[in-house]
Amino acid sequence: MSISHTIPTYFRVNIDRDYCKKCKRCVTHCSYGALSFNGERIVADDSLCVACQRCVAMCPGKAIRVVQNESYLPPHGNYTRRIRNIIWAQSGNGGVLLSATGNDRPIRVIFDDLLLDACQVTNPAIDPLRETIETKIFFGRKPQKLEFTIDEKDPTEISLKTKLMPHFEIDMPIMVGHMSLGSISYNACMAIYQASKELNILAGSGEGGLHPDFYEYGDNIITEVASGRFGVDINYLNKTAGIEIKLGQGAKPGHGGHLPGEKVNNMISQTRMIPKGSDALSPYPHHDIYSIEDLAQLIAALKEATRYRVPIGVKIAAVHNSAPIAVGIVRGGADFLTIDGFRGGTGAAPRIIRDHAGIPIELAIASVDQRLRQEGLRDQVTLVAGGSIRYSADLIKAIALGADVGMVGMPVLIALGCRVCQQCFRGLCSWGIATQQEYLVKRLDIDVARNRIINLFHSWNEELKEVLGAMGIDSVESLRSNRDRLRYIGPNPKIAEILGVKHAGE
Amino acid sequence: MYWKNYTILPEQFRNERVFDGCGISGYINIDGKRDYGTKVIDMLCILHDRENGLGAGFAGYGIYPDYKDYYALHFLFDNDPSKEKVLKHLEETGYIIQSEAIPTKTPSNVDHPPITWRVFYEPKEAKSISTDDQIVNLVMQVNERFDGAFIMSSGKNMGVFKGNGWSHEIANYYKIADYKAYMWLAHSRFPTNTPGWWGGAHPFNLLGTSVVHNGEITSYGTNMRYLESFGYKCTLFTDTEVIAYLFDLLVRKHKMPIPIASLALAPPLFDEIYRMEKKHQIALKNIRATYRSAMLNGPFSVVVGYNDTIPTMIGLSDRKKLRPLVAAISEDENTIYLSSEEASFKRLMIDDISSYKFREIWHPKSGTAIIARLGDGLLRNGLEKPFEKLKLSVIGA
Repeated sequence: MSISHTIPTYFRVNIDRDYCKKCKRCVTHCSYGALSFNGERIVADDSLCVACQRCVAMCPGKAIRVVQNESYLPPHGNYTRRIRNIIWAQSGNGGVLLSATGNDRPIRVIFDDLLLDACQVTNPAIDPLRETIETKIFFGRKPQKLEFTIDEKDPTEISLKTKLMPHFEIDMPIMVGHMSLGSISYNACMAIYQASKELNILAGSGEGGLHPDFYEYGDNIITEVASGRFGVDINYLNKTAGIEIKLGQGAKPGHGGHLPGEKVNNMISQTRMIPKGSDALSPYPHHDIYSIEDLAQLIAALKEATRYRVPIGVKIAAVHNSAPIAVGIVRGGADFLTIDGFRGGTGAAPRIIRDHAGIPIELAIASVDQRLRQEGLRDQVTLVAGGSIRYSADLIKAIALGADVGMVGMPVLIALGCRVCQQCFRGLCSWGIATQQEYLVKRLDIDVARNRIINLFHSWNEELKEVLGAMGIDSVESLRSNRDRLRYIGPNPKIAEILGVKHAGE
Repeated sequence: MYWKNYTILPEQFRNERVFDGCGISGYINIDGKRDYGTKVIDMLCILHDRENGLGAGFAGYGIYPDYKDYYALHFLFDNDPSKEKVLKHLEETGYIIQSEAIPTKTPSNVDHPPITWRVFYEPKEAKSISTDDQIVNLVMQVNERFDGAFIMSSGKNMGVFKGNGWSHEIANYYKIADYKAYMWLAHSRFPTNTPGWWGGAHPFNLLGTSVVHNGEITSYGTNMRYLESFGYKCTLFTDTEVIAYLFDLLVRKHKMPIPIASLALAPPLFDEIYRMEKKHQIALKNIRATYRSAMLNGPFSVVVGYNDTIPTMIGLSDRKKLRPLVAAISEDENTIYLSSEEASFKRLMIDDISSYKFREIWHPKSGTAIIARLGDGLLRNGLEKPFEKLKLSVIGA
């Protein structure tokens, strides 16, 4: 008889029998099969529970509670439960462990160690309810200078000679990060695009192609050309506000996309242009980009293909050498540059990469912004930064460190109902977000979801205005790179030095 | 007056920027007639509540007609060795036309006054860099790296006189009343936190651009980092220097017409831009996009003096007008005045000797430049819409 090496479960489903009406609604809603009805009562298989809280939310009698499993492993400060579970899982199945969402290790968040400045006495704070505070920004490339000529005979005749480059306005410095149709559902995509159009912000398409239903939202969508070239056709390039070449993703630097075949149904197969049920694994590098000059060629090719109508950008993961890489990309012709920090989200990624590769976005913004300035390139490009911007405070600090736009993913999904159970790669999302199963997708009401995203970003923008007002600034453009208005209170002065931020009290 | 800290802020204060409230005044004679400094002293010193005795300064344009083709470098030195070092450097890099002390009236009880010095100077011709840019580099170099030396001003046929004391003390010390200029700028300070240093008083100058400023630039970090990417070094522990450098960048280097440059520094709100005709929208959106880091935020009013090539006086306040700025024109329309307070003009009206009369006194609009130019008069009165009085054309519109 072999010994069972079953991994101890993290959760326990407690059902209060006094409240349970045995209506079996929880059984229907549990997409992970943890709950069943044995003819007499609802029973739970704790080992299948992911604590997605769907049953808790749906139970009419409020009879269910999902709690932490109290079963206690012998304590060990080094071989934590997490480490032991990893070893048991790998020795059981012999594979690379998959994971989803962003890095969940409790690493100190630098954003939390930064404090904001506010006006007192010598400069008046501005009340955003009474005065205008602008949060509009220009997305895309700008010239280094504008050339005006003055007529020699009549000095009041002034002409603007500079040829203007493709850029457009967005009303908030916010972009919904790239989450493809495939990694998330049609309803989730639709809600995001509708909200983005309503708010006049941007949303990324991910590398999953663009469903024809989404063409009408194209003015607010940045489509993504990734190494798999999934779904790249002329519509994908033309019905869009901008195109981003994806070289890397914060959750998995050095890796391509992973869409498990379970999620590739008819619709996904059509928009991605791949066979139904096949894993959509985009290659690790672009096989036509083995160095920076190849990237410059692809940028040029996309600009030609789109007749120089839209900005073309590049996304990289925040890694050790982000700063010089970023400079090369801008010199290569990119109109915008996206950096994705090591906490950035994913629908599926090898856990070892998600948890250990890359650097924090705060440091990457600071070093990229500084390096681009040293090269005299910073003000010509738009710098988008994400991974992870959790709430408006992070957005504000990212801008003050040097980003033009904050890229936001997880908070949008959380607004739609996501409980951060980290099972996206299984395609069983009980909230209808990270799944393609018809009966689950239907659970996400597009109108409700759209309004929740609108509410979320509306409140972020109001909070941004409140902070700007308190700082005596009436345009978000004057916050960008304004590190003077940040102070550091963390334990490591080296971080403050890299950020170019003084310590609190200085 | 405070007889110390001439060329650098004391060590313990260098982590902070100086915040201050201020009095600013200035005027220009359109016909180029040169007035003694007494008039601008009167305009400034009446604004007594706007200063606390910790700094004042004056800039006169047209004061050196005999040397008008040479860069007039105004220095503060802590001691003779630092003076000798700088003069030696100047000899090596260019031609010293004249080198002399700036006359001062030092009180008898002062042991170590600063050495105030001026040099009329011409850098050696270089193929790769203009003489103006050489002077900019010289100013940055001396102020950053030469201990005990500070360049107060570096323009032609103009000069800045400043120090740490009440405005009447500084005027007296430098004998401002003895200089004759067609354009005067003046400044008095109310700093909140430091005893101040002489070099840190206003006006701030680079080449022909001098700035007197009342307010606090809340976008300082953004502006400073923008300027650094063009090679400017912000080392003076104050936000005012960024205004001088931005003006230099936009008007001298990028050759923007002054009314356009003022739109980059204090642009109209988007709500206003959307109500404009298409052509103006395109121009303003591109100004805002391209020069988004040059935009000045926070409360300010400034008077800028500029003399490359035609001497011009510019007044500008922030787009919410959180700091005061009043303008006036003399009855003969030959003199345009700017000041923090109407009191400056009232002071001139009751003058014992010459009773000045004004045709009009008015308040320029927030974020709208008032521009007066030698020979041309009042080009913009600060009440116009952004492109009013201009014929703008935009390629592709």
